[in-house]
Amino acid sequence: MEILVASAIGVLSAAGIYLILRGRSFPVIIGMTFLSYGVNVFLFAMGRLSVDRPPIITSDAAEYTDPLPQALVLTAIVISFGMTALIVVLALRGFLETGSDRVDEGIPKLPEPAEERLTS
Amino acid sequence: MNIILLPILPLLAAIFPPLAIRSGRTLCAVATAIPTVAALLMLAAAAPAVYRGEITRAAYEWLPQFGLSFSVFLDGLSFFFAALILGIGLLIIIYARFYLSQKDPMGRFYTYLLLFQGAMVGVVVSDNILLLVVFWELTSLSSFLLIGYWRDLPEGRQGARMALVVTGGGGLLLLAGLLLLGQIAGSYELTEILQRGDVIKGSPLYLPMLLLILGGAFTKSAQFPFHFWLPHAMAAPTPVSAYLHSATMVKAGVFLMARLWPVLAGTEAWFLTVSTVGLITMLVGAWIALFKADLKAILAYSTVSHLGLMTMLLGLGTPMAALVAVFHILNHATFKAALFMSAGIVDHEAGTRDIRSLGGLLHLMPISATLALIAAGSMAGLPLLNGFLSKEMMLEEVAHTPYAGTPWIMPTLATVGALLSVAYSARLAIATYLGPVRSDYPHHPHDPPLGLWLPVAILVVPVIAIGLLPALIAGPVVERTTLAVVGSRTLPSYSLALWHGFTPALMMSVTALIGGAAILMAFKPLDRLRLATPRPEAKRIFDQMLGNATRGAKFLVAALHTESLPRYFATIIVAIIIVGGTGFMTGSHAPGTRTSLPINGPALVIWAALVATSLAVVVLHPNRLLTLILTSIVGLGVSIAFIQFSAPDLALTQISVEVVMTILLLLALNLLPRTTPPETGWLHRAWDGVIACAGGVGLAGLAYAVMTRDFRSISEYHLAQSKPGGGGTNVVNVILVDFRGFDTFGEIIVLCIAALAIYALLDSSLKGAAAQRLASMHQNEESADAHPLMLVVVTRVLLPLALTVGAFIFLRGHNQPGGGFIAGLVVAIALLMQAMASGYVWTAERLRLNAHTMLGLGVLLAGLTGLGSLLFGRPFLTSTFRYVHLPFIGEFEVASAMAFDAGVFFVVVGTVLLSLAQIARVQARAERKPVPAGPSDILLQRRTADVAPPAAVLGKEP
Repeated sequence: MEILVASAIGVLSAAGIYLILRGRSFPVIIGMTFLSYGVNVFLFAMGRLSVDRPPIITSDAAEYTDPLPQALVLTAIVISFGMTALIVVLALRGFLETGSDRVDEGIPKLPEPAEERLTS
Repeated sequence: MNIILLPILPLLAAIFPPLAIRSGRTLCAVATAIPTVAALLMLAAAAPAVYRGEITRAAYEWLPQFGLSFSVFLDGLSFFFAALILGIGLLIIIYARFYLSQKDPMGRFYTYLLLFQGAMVGVVVSDNILLLVVFWELTSLSSFLLIGYWRDLPEGRQGARMALVVTGGGGLLLLAGLLLLGQIAGSYELTEILQRGDVIKGSPLYLPMLLLILGGAFTKSAQFPFHFWLPHAMAAPTPVSAYLHSATMVKAGVFLMARLWPVLAGTEAWFLTVSTVGLITMLVGAWIALFKADLKAILAYSTVSHLGLMTMLLGLGTPMAALVAVFHILNHATFKAALFMSAGIVDHEAGTRDIRSLGGLLHLMPISATLALIAAGSMAGLPLLNGFLSKEMMLEEVAHTPYAGTPWIMPTLATVGALLSVAYSARLAIATYLGPVRSDYPHHPHDPPLGLWLPVAILVVPVIAIGLLPALIAGPVVERTTLAVVGSRTLPSYSLALWHGFTPALMMSVTALIGGAAILMAFKPLDRLRLATPRPEAKRIFDQMLGNATRGAKFLVAALHTESLPRYFATIIVAIIIVGGTGFMTGSHAPGTRTSLPINGPALVIWAALVATSLAVVVLHPNRLLTLILTSIVGLGVSIAFIQFSAPDLALTQISVEVVMTILLLLALNLLPRTTPPETGWLHRAWDGVIACAGGVGLAGLAYAVMTRDFRSISEYHLAQSKPGGGGTNVVNVILVDFRGFDTFGEIIVLCIAALAIYALLDSSLKGAAAQRLASMHQNEESADAHPLMLVVVTRVLLPLALTVGAFIFLRGHNQPGGGFIAGLVVAIALLMQAMASGYVWTAERLRLNAHTMLGLGVLLAGLTGLGSLLFGRPFLTSTFRYVHLPFIGEFEVASAMAFDAGVFFVVVGTVLLSLAQIARVQARAERKPVPAGPSDILLQRRTADVAPPAAVLGKEP
């Protein structure tokens, strides 16, 4: 099973990396989502995999899986939701402001103030 | 008396002049003079101890971990310099009172002057070398302000900037050098360091350390090739020039070399660097000074030349030479300050400083002219004046110093320097004061008020007195100071006297006097010779270097700051891959020993679906709607994986986040382009693919490597304490709200910030360019039913159900999978469904909860719960719980952590609602046709078809 999870992490992250290297905002957002999936599962897997051992204390369970990575990943999921919402809105505002959703070129430059020349 | 006040007093008193100026210029000068006089009195009080050979020390801790302490000490050398700085400073304060015109802001001037004075005293009394650097840089900064005092003069600004770049840059070298010195000596206190000369000179780091420290000293003291900033600093008001270039600023470098003389001097490297640079500076400065026509420029280059002389003397490395250097520092300070002030008087009275338009001033302003002539005579080295004595002693020292194995190089060059010095001094004196009276001065010159010439007179007194009775007047000072410089108890026998007999030095002196007169005779042909030879203009070179540095920086910024997000990402990812790859290559590669879980059929299917969907997204990503759907399928797969591997809480969270995200992205997509146009070429995409695959393989390999190895977790504690300590059986939830409650508290604040940022971003988009684009946006064709009846009914029926589920998940969260996060998401989804089915306006009207209030309430609730534990004397966020028995319901548990979890719940609901409400508001703007208000439109249309045209209501063409 470990090999499946590891390869899935790899595929999710690779897809995420490829997509964040695109030049438009929407694929970048999707790429971030994929990267979040990959990284969240990765963090989760740091507690090792175990089946049917949820960290719910009961009198008849002998062993539990590691709860700490789960707590961290739960926080990570919610935070990445907040972050994604923010960058979605950022992308939206950027598009509305400039009419372009490109992220691979700078915004139009303002003319620079004339510099004071050192002349004798 | 605490000597720490010596530098502190002027610095603190710097605030008074601008206040005192309201009561008049004289009072302002008095307010400036008082701290200076007070510091001088303190110094006088310390004098007996210093002259008994004791060292007074005072120290306060500042940053002991870094060896930085506020420690000062007073010995012969620091006393000598502090007295010079404060004494001449006092004269300058008086002089400036009469020099500055009505329109110059005097309060500001005196503030800068006091800042500079305090910093300068700080440099010379510092015991800690790091403190010394702090004061050193303060002198650079305050002299920048002083040189640029006349802000409206471009020369002033440029001169100030040049001085700052050169001396401030040198300060950085000095910092590096002194850090090295502290490392080598094992202490940052000078009193300690000065005892460890042998360790320091024997260190392998001696040479780099020496060069760095000399870099600081040479830039400050305007040594060749850094001499160019000093003449440009002459754009300052004359009192500033007189102060900075006679006794203080430029002497700081000389002071530093004298201070560190016991631990640095005496080596071959020291001799070769310091004396060579000093000799060159002496000659170059004197040669340039000869041909300048501006009084202040002549004095500036002469200062450069004399600084070179002192540097050369210190470079010789013998105690006698150090003694001569100290003597010359004293003499130079007196005659040079007097000359600068005289130049200011000429400028003030005659209206010009150009010696070609001057002459005959002796007849028009006899007092000040006489004083200036005496000072100039001292500069030339005429007998009976103090300049003669130190110059002759200098010649005596170099007369028996071989250089590069040749005995005549040093004496010859020194004599040439002395000869040039005679020539420019004579030229200055003759062209300005002697000769016939002219009729074409810009102003009619006459003697200035007492306040201007008195400071000059006070300085000329020691010029003559030392010249006549050197041993009596200057002997004790020079001796005590030199003892401090060389760091020994005794000095070799010497004599400060007017007449030493027919020594080689006397011959050289006479040669210099005659040669100087000869040069003055041959001034015209020499000037032609000078004009014919190439003269590198230091300022132009400096400007060019500065310009190149600026251009280089701009080029670098332009190359690195491409404003392309993909390029930044690629850089970051490639860097991570390189770091990770290096770690992998250098590590061990033994396989893990942990037994793997068996692969089962369903898992394989889910895995295959996940991989296939991910690849499909990569290929099909230009179709954005499809991408979104496929992405949510992947999210679903991930949550199934969480269920499989014993993480029910994660699965619930993942799936509810997935729903909210999909809705959010759908809404956003409505306003964004529907497809991603094909962009870069295949090569670029292939390269991106390589990076992506490398990253993916790396992460997969790392994950696999970790998963196949056993480990020890710190979670034993959490599992054991969850029930007895936290009162809950769902360990994940207990960790979130109890064990690591502080993290969660921080997290909900982050969510709040994100929600508010989203609100701000979209709220302001209803104005300006964004609003115009929204207004002109074409709405794509919509479904005939804006709010399908079926959906409306289903969601309304589901609402109470969904809310109940939310409440259930929340309440059981402490013991079973659930909790505030998940419950918040579930409730938010229930409300979102209403907005989707029945329209945002309809929902908003009925939803009496304000999202902002919810956010605030949530954070407040969580925070107050945390603070509550303080009332019971426990740390922030300590939770408590008890079991309560209620009729019908039975026994259940009430934990303070539940209140905290409720805070989390409110924040999550608030965040989701606020984001979606904002996007919906913007969306409403984009719809050019009237927005259907809600599901009741359908009824409305049927009932009032004849009243309102259906097109307007329904939003479609009839």
